Amino acid sequence: MSADAKHVDQPTEFMFDAVSEAAIPAIIATYPPGRQASAAMPLLDLAQRQMARLTGHAWVPRVAMDVIAARLGVAPIRIYEVATFYTMFHLAPVARHHLQVCTTTPCWLRGSDAVHQACKAAAQANPDLFSVEEMECLGACVNAPVLMINDDLYEDLDGARTEALLEAVKQGEAPPAGSRIGRRGSAPEGGPTSLFMLDAADGATS
Amino acid sequence: MAKVTIDGIEIEVPNSYSVLQAAEAAGREIPRFCYHERLSVAGNCRMCLVEIEKMPKPVASCGQPVGDGMVIYTDNEKIRAARRNVMELLLINHPLDCPICDQGGECDLQDEAVGYGRGHSRYEEHKRAVSDKYLGPLVKTVMTRCIHCTRCVRFLAEVAGVPELGGVSRGETMEITNYVERALSSELSGNIVDICPVGALTSKPYAFVARTWELSKTDSIDVLDAVGANIRVDTKGGTVLRILPRRHDGVNEDWLADKGRHAPVDGIKYRRLDRPWLRVNGALREAGWDEAFAAIADRMRGMAGSRIGAIAGDLCDVESMFALKRLMNALGSDHLDCRQDGAALDASRRDYYLFNTTIAGIDEIDALLVIGADIRREAPVLNARIRRRWMDLPSFEAGLIGAPVDLTYPTTWLGDGPAALMALLNGAHDFAKVLEGAKYPALIVGQSALARADGAAVLAACWQVARQFNMIRPDWHGFNVLHRAAARVGGLDIGFVPQSGGLDARAMLAGGVDMLWLLGADEIDAKAIPAQCFVVYQGHHGDAGAARADVILPGASYLEKPGLYVNTEGRVQAAAQACFPPGDAREDWTILRAFSDHLGHRLGFDDLAGLRAHLSESYPVFSDIGGCRRLASLDVTGPAGDPASMSGEAFARPMPVYYQTDPISRASPTMARCVAEIAAPMPAAAE
Repeated sequence: MSADAKHVDQPTEFMFDAVSEAAIPAIIATYPPGRQASAAMPLLDLAQRQMARLTGHAWVPRVAMDVIAARLGVAPIRIYEVATFYTMFHLAPVARHHLQVCTTTPCWLRGSDAVHQACKAAAQANPDLFSVEEMECLGACVNAPVLMINDDLYEDLDGARTEALLEAVKQGEAPPAGSRIGRRGSAPEGGPTSLFMLDAADGATS
Repeated sequence: MAKVTIDGIEIEVPNSYSVLQAAEAAGREIPRFCYHERLSVAGNCRMCLVEIEKMPKPVASCGQPVGDGMVIYTDNEKIRAARRNVMELLLINHPLDCPICDQGGECDLQDEAVGYGRGHSRYEEHKRAVSDKYLGPLVKTVMTRCIHCTRCVRFLAEVAGVPELGGVSRGETMEITNYVERALSSELSGNIVDICPVGALTSKPYAFVARTWELSKTDSIDVLDAVGANIRVDTKGGTVLRILPRRHDGVNEDWLADKGRHAPVDGIKYRRLDRPWLRVNGALREAGWDEAFAAIADRMRGMAGSRIGAIAGDLCDVESMFALKRLMNALGSDHLDCRQDGAALDASRRDYYLFNTTIAGIDEIDALLVIGADIRREAPVLNARIRRRWMDLPSFEAGLIGAPVDLTYPTTWLGDGPAALMALLNGAHDFAKVLEGAKYPALIVGQSALARADGAAVLAACWQVARQFNMIRPDWHGFNVLHRAAARVGGLDIGFVPQSGGLDARAMLAGGVDMLWLLGADEIDAKAIPAQCFVVYQGHHGDAGAARADVILPGASYLEKPGLYVNTEGRVQAAAQACFPPGDAREDWTILRAFSDHLGHRLGFDDLAGLRAHLSESYPVFSDIGGCRRLASLDVTGPAGDPASMSGEAFARPMPVYYQTDPISRASPTMARCVAEIAAPMPAAAE
């Protein structure tokens, strides 16, 4: 992670744009006075999203970290420490659709290798469109294997479903997030096995 | 107080103590890597594990506060096993390169491995390797050796106040780095080499120079600033190889500024004056001592004493200044000055020119006014103490008059010149309320506020501020003059200032005398000396003074002679001789003694002990070597000078370039590299 950042073409300038600026006061106000340094993570996220919005690549250039450090009144190294600690801050540009494949034990047992394979193939064919990263647990083990595309989690995948999903994304569609086999939340496959009456009671649609 | 039992020893310690501190108080040594008594507790090396009764697992003693009735075991089989395990984990990724490591011989990890290390490693997987980081011309890194104790990170953040190092990434990939691969911008960066428990951070100028056990060690005093840091000079075969701080809680604690640490090591090797030189027909040629003395004596013949003057420079020992003063007095000259920068220091009373609060007394200050001083560069170690005071006392406030400089703690900027002083005296500035409300207020006035035409007025105004805000009381003296030159206070103590009606440095340089004796005086405008003035330069480096001289007498640098130095707080300290001066160069007082003989005005001492006896007889302050009396005063009469006559001119920026301020540091290639790589981006350098 940190080692990569050295070999990246770093922009020399970064400024929060109007959209980001509008969000900053509310973020900083979340923290008690004198504790603005706590806003480091939300601001890093904001910078990454701004980069995605403006350049199509979600990442945090070093100069953005310097801007955040100056804004929060902390030493730049403190922001570098945070940004390099968390894998979801990208210190080098990623493609428009960043594929984060969970390969931790539950997903792996349920076939994440095939998902990973499909993602890698897609990234190889369309490096501008897809980039792949192996992730530790994405927290959706019940619906394993799962894949995260930018902010959305797609569940209950296998190789073929992943290919279809990525093809749809490639065509510019925005497939709905969630289970790819029509499972509701993390309910049992094939419908409920207990608590049948609740189905009607909570007025769910799926 | 808490009563604890450590390995059967009952001891009472303050409640604020950690178990590790209590064990030390009981005389039990506990191994540690991350814990450092002058830094915050990190607790991440786990080497200091101890067993405490009623606690299920071994406890890291550095972070465990003592409790009343605790029964602690620091050295039983369980603890030894635990430490052996910690050691094994630390050594998993540590390379076995001790034979080529500069830390070898003074390495904490190596030492502890003797007690707790295994004979072989059980680890068969790949060792982790970390790329080295660039941290500037003073600190060399071999990051694979790093054990992540974070002492360097904490030192820079807490003591130096320049948080530039951190731990990036996590887990197996964690690295200590500044991330941007730029030179560290701290004046105290050399200290991270000292506190590094392994060989990850080593001294770049000292890389592969010597092994520690080959070195001879001499206790000395740093003279590259006026703090008087205690140092240990390591030599081998008569060559100075490195300088390390020596602990003195009243002065430098465990720290040493980069200039004092690195500049002399190579600075005293280059541009040295190693034989007398004589100017003949406008060009300098080599000469013998007798020839040089004869040339001066010839010129002196028939010259009235009142046409001879002497200026002492920044690095002189007290003995040489004392000998020169005696010689000048014997010749009938009143023209003496040790204030080559023209600072209007008043030598009539000792507390007019001392750092009266004392360096240790900084720990009591609760409001501080800094006037025309860049303490961070003029006295980095002293500034670290002020910074610690600021960290310890949330209500601590500092005001700054003069060029706005970053002192590593927040300051309220009051203005850039005398007008701000007047505003304070009138109560027109809000900072007056801070000083009024403070119990132990103090001010620090720097040389750039005094080295100007209206310096005496500024000094008087500062004293008036001190009086007005109750800084001078029977129990507290908050008036502090911060010196830059190690020789200055000693010179003032022996009255190396114009005698009745004598000329000061400025007047002497402007042609007030026909013969000028420069004792290591290089920070002068040598070009301004009129051509007909005969200049004798006595010193150790070929710098500004030697370039203008008609006769050069080669002296010894501070490492090459025993000498007394008085630091800014008035503490007389003795430096020992670490090596010999090069070539024909001699200790300075012996040169003056020999010349006095040549003239027939033989000085009344034949050896250093005799000189020091004369010295302490004339000036009793020199009979207490190592001591520092804290002055407090009932007599609040101020120094001469009329605050009303201050000009409106802003105070000059103090010390724009930290790394080259004296003949030694100007001759040092290491300092030249520092200027190029660290000081260059500083906006001040461009001004």
